[in-house]
Amino acid sequence: MSKDAILGAIRRGLKRGPLPADQRAMIDGRLASHPRHLIPARSRLPRPEQVALFVANVGKEFGTVARVADADAVPTAIAAYLAQQNLAPRFVLAPHPDLAALPWASAPMLEFEARRAQPDDLVAVQHGYAAIAETGTLMLPSGPERPTTLNILAETEIVVLRASRIVGAYEEAWDLLRDGRTGGFMPRNVMLVTGPSRSADIEQTLELGAHGPRRLHVILIDDDPAALPAP
Amino acid sequence: MKVRRCRGAGFALHWGPAFRLGVAALVQITSPAFKQNAARALADAGLQKALGKAKGAFLQRRAEAVARLPEFEALRDIGRDIKNHTLANLDAYLETYAANVERAGGTVHWCSTAEEARAAVLGICQRAGARTVTKGKSMISEEIAVNDHLEAHGITPVETDLGEYIIQLRREHPSHIIAPAFHLNREDWEADFRRMHTDLDPNRVFAERRDILTEARTKLRERFLAADVGITGANFLIAETGSSVIVTNEGNGDLTQTLPRVHIALASIEKVVPTLEDATSLLRLLARSATGQDFSVYTTFSTGARRPADLDGPEEYHVVLIDNGRSNMIGSEFQDMLRCIRCAACMNHCPVYGATGGHAYGWVYPGPMGSVLTPSLVGVDKAAHLPNASTFCGKCESVCPVKIPLPKLMRHWREREFERHLTPSAVRSNLALWAWFAKRPGMYRAATRAAVGALRLIARGRGALRSLPLAGGWTEGRDLPVPEGGTFMSRYAKQQRGR
Repeated sequence: MSKDAILGAIRRGLKRGPLPADQRAMIDGRLASHPRHLIPARSRLPRPEQVALFVANVGKEFGTVARVADADAVPTAIAAYLAQQNLAPRFVLAPHPDLAALPWASAPMLEFEARRAQPDDLVAVQHGYAAIAETGTLMLPSGPERPTTLNILAETEIVVLRASRIVGAYEEAWDLLRDGRTGGFMPRNVMLVTGPSRSADIEQTLELGAHGPRRLHVILIDDDPAALPAP
Repeated sequence: MKVRRCRGAGFALHWGPAFRLGVAALVQITSPAFKQNAARALADAGLQKALGKAKGAFLQRRAEAVARLPEFEALRDIGRDIKNHTLANLDAYLETYAANVERAGGTVHWCSTAEEARAAVLGICQRAGARTVTKGKSMISEEIAVNDHLEAHGITPVETDLGEYIIQLRREHPSHIIAPAFHLNREDWEADFRRMHTDLDPNRVFAERRDILTEARTKLRERFLAADVGITGANFLIAETGSSVIVTNEGNGDLTQTLPRVHIALASIEKVVPTLEDATSLLRLLARSATGQDFSVYTTFSTGARRPADLDGPEEYHVVLIDNGRSNMIGSEFQDMLRCIRCAACMNHCPVYGATGGHAYGWVYPGPMGSVLTPSLVGVDKAAHLPNASTFCGKCESVCPVKIPLPKLMRHWREREFERHLTPSAVRSNLALWAWFAKRPGMYRAATRAAVGALRLIARGRGALRSLPLAGGWTEGRDLPVPEGGTFMSRYAKQQRGR
């Protein structure tokens, strides 16, 4: 069997048999404790600056951010963005309870369905699980409440994110996902998204809007008093 | 045209001119003809134009990204150490990885050879009743030539990375591991799109690069939606979680692995790392080294098949785990090469790659990493020219994110080549002559003194010689600088006396 052949060849190269129990225990210990390596200093900042770094990095990667004071302001912020981009007020919404609970009546012109995305959806409104200030990256794990198709099919993706869910480094986002569990915690799909889709395959020159969204807009709910910008 | 079939590894590739003409032939590794390939590349005006445009952009973007991250150098050491630790325990991490894939509802297909891997992919596609297959960018899929195999069995593979898409339209192979269409100009794109997309208005205007991109997006969207199986590569496999990771900017990889009913991830055995934290440290190096981005647009971790309540995602998740010669590198002087994370920084910074482009190297992996990996995977008898196609400037090693000593490994291949008597006899006898003198310092100094004098005499005041008797082959491609003073030893002795 090829599995045995491959493992056997590796062990011959390493000049040993299967790992002895003590060394195997060391490997299992490293897997269970998953130690962090060096974390760049750029995201080690006080909360307001950390959130500001996230906002700046989204912009650097050609995304946009609108900050709103509370969740109640999200529907009107979505309506305003779509109007500003000359887009019809119609979208597919992630079937997430936080999004369902928004005061949609405040923006009655909006039409939406909560489901997975379909090929003819032009705008998707996704729920942001967490975000990483280090590079302006959104973390979007799959699940019934956050279908993956919303991240990739529509031309315009809007992500609703709470400022309290912005962390400095990727490692902190992994720990949010682990939440104390080891093994078996990974959702089927975890996308780390940094800006809208792009390609540099034509003469190594960057063009936005390859196969994924052409526009990425983050509606950032300032729910974290400690993270507000200085007045 | 010779048809080569490679021993052991079982490659089936068309390469070079045979492929351009669409001739269905078996393997064609043109690495033995590197010198002719390189000469043709240097004379190819279109290629030289494309190389000239592209080279600077990569170097500048990488340098800027590195400058933005003061910890970059320290991360290179960490990247090297993570990979070394993993390789020293590769059997254990592969077993853990495979067990975790299966725990998450996926299937692992262990494949020793390219043939086994092709058969595994075909089997999955046939069981799924597949007619078309979309593909994300994957160099291992080039290595195992899976597209040809699927086509031969009536299944249509569609490359969806923009660069790979045009390469497939042209029936060529990638000339660069992260920028497959590195060798093409905008005019080539326009001409190929007009030639292949015959259902569109022949008089349409491509005013900007964006128009080319938009046309490809529209064309490929139909393909994404129709595909029965999606095949991607993997930048990393994570033992802790049983995840495969892909990194893209276009989003094509995500459409490929999300929309069809079946997802197949192709990965070679050295892609495994222990934990999410290990992958994260390597990801901090990858995009910066590759495209000069701080992070790629889409970094996606796939773990198993669609969960019970999920509204989307593939119903089957397969990993085809491929050895194809790599396990033989473990424990050898070439083990360090298995640290490679395929960022392409070495080729972007290589003066030889910059002059010839990737096709001249004659197999899947070009540039310095290819010059080390290709002899390991296809045999030094076929690829001996590649480790010799180096100026040993050392730039590749200095930019490698996992600090692979590429020049040293190329030197190891030269030694192997010499040991196996693959080096031409003229080179061997000259080396023997040099060694005879080198072991006798007095004779050596006298001989070099005489040679310096003779060269100055022949040069008659010129700074460089365009041709040299008995070394016509060497001076055909370059000028020989004439020594300006005496030998090193005579100048050194003079300086010591002066103190």
